[in-house]
Amino acid sequence: MFMWIIKRDLLLAMRRQSDVLTTLFFFIIVVSLFPLSVGPEMSMLRTMAPGVVWVAALLASMLSLGRMFSNDYLDGTLEQMLLSPQSLSLLVLGKALAHWLVTGVPLVLMAPVLGIQYDLPVEALFVLTTALLLGTPVLSLNWRHRSSTDFRIARGVLVSLLVLPLYIPVLIFGAGAVEANMAGVGFDAHLSLIGAFLLVSLVFAPWAAASSLRVSLE
Amino acid sequence: MVVVKPACYACYVDCQILSVGEIFWSGTAIRSLNGDYFAAMTYIGHLSGTKDDLTVIENLRISSALAGFEINDAQASEALEYMGLGGREALPVKVLSQGQRRRVVLARLLVCKTSLWILDEPLVALDVMAVRLIQGLLEQHLKQGGIVVMTTHQEIDLTATSTTQLHLA
Repeated sequence: MFMWIIKRDLLLAMRRQSDVLTTLFFFIIVVSLFPLSVGPEMSMLRTMAPGVVWVAALLASMLSLGRMFSNDYLDGTLEQMLLSPQSLSLLVLGKALAHWLVTGVPLVLMAPVLGIQYDLPVEALFVLTTALLLGTPVLSLNWRHRSSTDFRIARGVLVSLLVLPLYIPVLIFGAGAVEANMAGVGFDAHLSLIGAFLLVSLVFAPWAAASSLRVSLE
Repeated sequence: MVVVKPACYACYVDCQILSVGEIFWSGTAIRSLNGDYFAAMTYIGHLSGTKDDLTVIENLRISSALAGFEINDAQASEALEYMGLGGREALPVKVLSQGQRRRVVLARLLVCKTSLWILDEPLVALDVMAVRLIQGLLEQHLKQGGIVVMTTHQEIDLTATSTTQLHLA
């Protein structure tokens, strides 16, 4: 069942590639525009690289997540999911995983290439990629709250603000890991903290999202 | 068989919103047996629950898997053939007509072996032939001891012995 949901969402992404490519190109464009606009000063680029890459990744994943549940809601799939004998949390987890595979993984793979534009040393590129690898699933998992409450509350600013506190720690520690590495201090603590966020999200986010989906369809 | 107004569906289907009274399934309140109740029930409402970009057969296989019945291609083709969609299995649902989409959805009744069917206007957009087909399905289901709760605006003749009709203005 879990596999069916993942398979379905991957299949849909394959059929509608424009959605996936939009997210990826958005990420690439934002990250590439910064070095062009602020000038070629190496030390400055190196300092701002982690922040820019992380903010771009966060915005890119926000861009695609809004659509996920709203499509299912509109065509009635969500209704069927709620009436499924399968655990709703598991379905939500499956959807989040599929979303991460489709949008998160390409971002992670592109990050080291884009990092070169900022003259990041090889080790920093490695840390950046690892941090994104751990952090992007958190973004995919936690977005559920927003997209599921969207149906009720006007699509907009208020709900984005509500979910933002969940993202900020990931953003801070993600960017912090790379900065720490470049400053020559250990980055393990930062990565461990993102890992911890990921584990907490894996346990609680699907469950919380499932309850909010139930509430939203009542 | 009871014919109820669509608003009541929410009560049968989603017990959570029921503020007064209780619905029992096999002697237990459905409030307390979520999963088991859903496993015995098939709900088909106004919304199709199909994905435009997926093919007919993919839609059927995925929607029945979601309902807890995993079927293979052969079983899915057989059901679609019965619903008059033979030869269209590989077409994306977006190219189908409204009536054909409806048949894709209703094909789930053939593959999901549940005892309770809750159908909200299942005959919408169907032609005369298809209506007869669905009528046959309903008869067969009732004969096998199944339960159907449905709403409809069309006249429907069922020979089954225990049908209750509520006419609502």
